[in-house]
Amino acid sequence: MREVAVARKLPAKDAVIIGLGWTGSILANELTDAGLDVAAIERGPWRNTATNFAPNTAQDELRYRIRHELFLRPAQTTFTFRNKMDQTALPIRDWGAFMPPNGVGGGGVHWNAETWRFLPSDFVLRTHLTQRYGARFLPPDTTIQDWGVTYEELEPHYDRFEYLCGTSGTAGNLDGKIQAGGNPFEGPRSRPYPTPAQPQPFSPTLFAKAARELGYQPFPQPSGNLSQAYTNPLGVRMGPCTYCGYCEWFGCANYSKASPQTTILPVLVRKPNFLARDLCEVTRINTDASGHRATGVTFVDSSGEEWEQPAELVILSAYTIFNVQLLLLSGIGAPYEPAANRGVIGRNFTHQTISDVESFFDRSKFIFNPFIASGAIGMCIDEFNGDNFDHGPHGFVGGGYMGQVQTNGRPIETTPVPPGTPRWGAKWKTAVRDNYLSALKPGTGVHGSMYSYRDVYLDLDPTYRDRFARPLVRITMDFHANELKQNAFLTDRFAEIFRAMGAEQVVKQYRKAPYDITQYQTTHLCGGAVMGTDPKTSAVNRYLQSWDVPNLFVMGASGFPQNAGYNPTGTLAALAYWSAQAIRTRYLANPGPLVHA
Amino acid sequence: MTDLRRRKLLVGTALVVVGETVGRAGVISGRLPWTANTSDSPTPAEPGPWRFFTAEEGAMAEALADRIVPPDPQTPGGKLAGCAVFLDRQLAGAYGRREGLYVSGPFEPGTKQQGPQSAMSPTQFYRQAFAALERYCRSLQDGKPWVDMPPERQDVILSGLEGGTVELEGIDGKMFFETLLKDVKQGFFADPLYGGNRDMCAWKMIGFPGAHYDYREWVSRHNERYPHPPVSIAGRPGWTPKTG
Repeated sequence: MREVAVARKLPAKDAVIIGLGWTGSILANELTDAGLDVAAIERGPWRNTATNFAPNTAQDELRYRIRHELFLRPAQTTFTFRNKMDQTALPIRDWGAFMPPNGVGGGGVHWNAETWRFLPSDFVLRTHLTQRYGARFLPPDTTIQDWGVTYEELEPHYDRFEYLCGTSGTAGNLDGKIQAGGNPFEGPRSRPYPTPAQPQPFSPTLFAKAARELGYQPFPQPSGNLSQAYTNPLGVRMGPCTYCGYCEWFGCANYSKASPQTTILPVLVRKPNFLARDLCEVTRINTDASGHRATGVTFVDSSGEEWEQPAELVILSAYTIFNVQLLLLSGIGAPYEPAANRGVIGRNFTHQTISDVESFFDRSKFIFNPFIASGAIGMCIDEFNGDNFDHGPHGFVGGGYMGQVQTNGRPIETTPVPPGTPRWGAKWKTAVRDNYLSALKPGTGVHGSMYSYRDVYLDLDPTYRDRFARPLVRITMDFHANELKQNAFLTDRFAEIFRAMGAEQVVKQYRKAPYDITQYQTTHLCGGAVMGTDPKTSAVNRYLQSWDVPNLFVMGASGFPQNAGYNPTGTLAALAYWSAQAIRTRYLANPGPLVHA
Repeated sequence: MTDLRRRKLLVGTALVVVGETVGRAGVISGRLPWTANTSDSPTPAEPGPWRFFTAEEGAMAEALADRIVPPDPQTPGGKLAGCAVFLDRQLAGAYGRREGLYVSGPFEPGTKQQGPQSAMSPTQFYRQAFAALERYCRSLQDGKPWVDMPPERQDVILSGLEGGTVELEGIDGKMFFETLLKDVKQGFFADPLYGGNRDMCAWKMIGFPGAHYDYREWVSRHNERYPHPPVSIAGRPGWTPKTG
């Protein structure tokens, strides 16, 4: 019996959007502007600032950071994990290494709003590295590839996202001219950031001074927590950030952090050709008998009833791994088989290679007030990102930005004590008291790339199931020598800056193998349904259109062929605008493949 | 898929076309779905007797919390700070029940990197661990209950649990220590709303202003001590007039 024969059927829409986070909101707004009748289906609840992130209740470290209230709950669905292909994967019972979002706004609700562009060379990675160093310099078994889209093509779309968000920053490269005080390594931008950089607290200021003395060119981190009030091109107004120190894991009570709620939804929801359903989980993308045309989606509502939403166009814009899961469960695209090295769905899965340095200063001379913070307030350097330096002598590829980003002084998480301090008892208590104001634990430290490998991938778990009895996605992931070498080199450079700042003790916390699912390492999971120029090695073409089902477009970081040394949101949003433009200007007039394989 | 299939067979109707209303889930269209005077407030710890612990367990939790965070002349220890009350209320609530976590089997021991795989809930774990610790204490030479041991002796046992040299019957002693350490510290530093950090004692100790909202005047004032006292989500003493 076919699923569609028994699910109750809703009136057809021009487009259905699966997941109403950043990319779902962008696509919904673009497609409704183009006149399409659009329905968005979101697994989690509706959330709005006034009700859910009220300023008298939002600043609650236990509720949001420790108990993960805004996130997907593993009871809804989770993943299984193993380091190596010969191990048995076991379920992630509570979140650790990353935390998938849940609800309207998606990760845009609780991100730090670190709003980066990737480097021009990141988009042509394999070509660039091969030309500069030769193919034999690349790590064995790496499956890195070019994206099929260039920085120059994406620039107008990065620009649109930054102006949507009101991003605060200092340009480093305006139309090819390097600007003092900005990031000299960034690709050319067509105009300055919409708002100036945030003022910096003491510790990033000290970091920047030390970095300059060491010969680096520090710059303020581009921030979606705004330095001043801003009205975006949609007419939505945001307020200035108040540096309360509750960004990451928290909803912003102040309309200061760029999110779908503060930039798009107030306009989108009022449109007559848009509706959103919350607390409804899409369980499959339906296809016709040919398997090459999507007919809509099947979803289950909060009372367990199953429905079909027919649509001419399907936008898959869930979190990275759920994009991959829906493709696998819907039988769209060939599942990746690492042993045979064929198939695409689940291939080139990556995370981020991060590490930190804790440093301890003379408390009679330094008061850092770590609680005066925001998710993206800090000074960074980019000398060791991407291919901004000669990798030849170092024997690895990739890199990352590093910075003293003062994201919080929340005490459950941020009470560093010097090495050798007991973990409890009177000595621990005294050390916490003596160091809280004069120690530094960057909220973002070393933010390194992770390149893709043949044995790091996603598939369906043979044993564990979700609440609908669907197989969980199985993550097989470990660090490779290339990333560990990269991290050791970058962490050493980072620590040198803290020594130059005058720290009495500097503690390097290198990233080590094996990859540990219990240690938080950003929620920047990427790949699994990657973009590219060849259907044998990519799930979607350069417009994020499925090679197999041309009326299906897959948004988000699942399209990244490998991860760069930056936070992903700026790039996945730029790709969403890029894809939306191709749909509006080319696809709608002539629905079909935009690229012929 | 079996559950879904069964449900569909029960529904048993083909291609029912209906309007836009679906189950209990909401449809958002035309306007922002916002209602005045509603907010998603936290649930505060209620004062009063133990909710999860027995009297003996409660006394033990207080004595344990006082070794993790010992009292000193400036700042109360874990007991007076309310860490045991915090733990009790957490165990009586969602944390104790593992609400929202993935608790389907099979339960198999994995590698450290795969994370905890226990079939036990925190309430079961604490109940068994406290009983096992009590048995261990009484089994020692001059054995006596945990609460009657001198602090120095309690510290030796806790260090043994931490280092894996003290083993408890039927329970992973090291895991017990790590869980207790995490929970007591959370109680010490969390908003006082949840029963610990009484009078914001932990925040006063370190100089954290708490749920403070606006530091715009302070972001550019470098290397200066922030002078204002901390504030909790529930406000601070002096904000609300005393009644009764």
